[in-house]
Amino acid sequence: MHPAYSVILFTTASGAGYGLLFWMALAETFGVLPGGRALSLAALTFSLALITLGLLASTLHLGRPERAIGALSQWRTSWLSREGVAAVATYVPAGLLGLSWLIYLHNDLFHLVAALAAAGAAITVYCTGMIYGSLRTIRQWNTPLVPLFYLAAAASTGALLFGLIYSLFGYSTPLLEFLLLCLVAVSGAVKLTYWRQCDADKGQYTAEMATGLGAWGKVRPLDPPHTMPNFVMREMGYQVGRKHAQKLRRLVVLFLFAGPMLALALSALTGAGVFFWYLLAFLMTVVGIVTERWLFFAEAEHVSMLYYGAERA
Amino acid sequence: MTTLPQTTEKKLGLVIDLDICVGCQACATSCKEWNTGGYSAPLSDHDPYGGDPSGAWLNRIHSYELGEGAAGRTVHFPRSCLHCEEPACVTVCPTGASYKREEDGIVLVNPDTCIGCKLCSWACPYGAREYDYDDGVMKKCTLCVDRIYNETLEEEDRVPACVRACPTGARAFGDLGDPDSEVSKNVAAREGFNLLEEFGYKPTNKYLPPRMKTSAHVSPEPARKSAPVSAGNGSMVEKLFAWADQKLSR
Repeated sequence: MHPAYSVILFTTASGAGYGLLFWMALAETFGVLPGGRALSLAALTFSLALITLGLLASTLHLGRPERAIGALSQWRTSWLSREGVAAVATYVPAGLLGLSWLIYLHNDLFHLVAALAAAGAAITVYCTGMIYGSLRTIRQWNTPLVPLFYLAAAASTGALLFGLIYSLFGYSTPLLEFLLLCLVAVSGAVKLTYWRQCDADKGQYTAEMATGLGAWGKVRPLDPPHTMPNFVMREMGYQVGRKHAQKLRRLVVLFLFAGPMLALALSALTGAGVFFWYLLAFLMTVVGIVTERWLFFAEAEHVSMLYYGAERA
Repeated sequence: MTTLPQTTEKKLGLVIDLDICVGCQACATSCKEWNTGGYSAPLSDHDPYGGDPSGAWLNRIHSYELGEGAAGRTVHFPRSCLHCEEPACVTVCPTGASYKREEDGIVLVNPDTCIGCKLCSWACPYGAREYDYDDGVMKKCTLCVDRIYNETLEEEDRVPACVRACPTGARAFGDLGDPDSEVSKNVAAREGFNLLEEFGYKPTNKYLPPRMKTSAHVSPEPARKSAPVSAGNGSMVEKLFAWADQKLSR
């Protein structure tokens, strides 16, 4: 599948934004969010800015972005529509939470509002994962590990952002760093399991099934229907990523998982320069998550390529 | 609405005979010609006469080689939307622009509400949908919905443009939901099949298989009598020749 940069920006930025929102709202639900109202408000604004940036980026890959509002209508069947509805709905409790900090309106009701914001963030990210996870045409996507990793990646990148922002203002404990380390390790484990599963599955559909001509022997393309690649080949038959897949996977392991874990471990153990370690972990994560998302698209193989010479899909 | 109809009154679709298709591309060009001026905006092309031509086409004709050696053969293989009974291209659509018609089962895109997110093209296992970069919306086979019900056209023209154009009669159009229709009877007689049946989207369009080559003895063609000379324009000389031909042929 062709990796559209707008979609990579959308899924990574909004993922991290929802992750940050989730952890803040969860901490607020249980009344353990550190720092003053100003810090809470600033961090919340930052998370909503990331989310909004991601959502705006997602409209860049639309042919008719001016009609995007229509995408909220088909939530009964479409995961893309559900994602849109969940994203818009999450702004409400998130905004109320911000308002409660802004005008110091605080009572027990806002624990509920915070819980709703956390739930909205999680549901939105799950829907994003299911846009891909629900497509049976792409075996690398059609697995529960896809929404699971979208959730894990949003949780760990958002938590790193949380740690980064709060450590800047002196709020950090080795316990948080240890929990964060565990979170990164879990998302790494999900991704490694995912890759192992993808590599083991060579595809159950063949060119003979696609053409229905297996009884005559092996099906081989002779003349293509067009002299140059068409939309279907460009969108669904993207080849570049697979050539470098192994190198890029190692880069993801290093930058998205091993590197940040090492930085967090050093931070927890030394207890010095905490912000610096968080910044290092976060910068590595940015490189790692963008590469991971690019690979997620580039390594995905589409069944329609069976008509264009793929033997299995 | 992207919710699929439980049943459709008719199942209009195409039957494509792979035994007689010669891969001439007449159906593809005829489709492009009709649909660039019909339903929805024109099917845009980019660099059509240059080194990297591309464009939105709703019908693509592949040629495949099957088998090996003397048993091998070439099959020309037209591929377009199959108007599935359970099309995921419809259910994934976030706006409801993609829909399946309850009255005849045709799968269409509403060009006024499509946002061009391309998710439907990702959901289609047949690669049947092509995005139009100029119009910013998805394009697909409409089964020539603007021809088949068009009473301003002559009766014989009320079939999809590809069917009308096919010089070998390899394409037929009809109601595949009616077991007594010509197309259904032909599918039953020739053991017509679904593409990628295993996927489970239940395509409406059917394909008729190429006939197996037999190694059986090919009997020499029986000597054929030439057709009798006709009386032509009826002149005396022509009549005389016709009479002579008739007598001498006995």
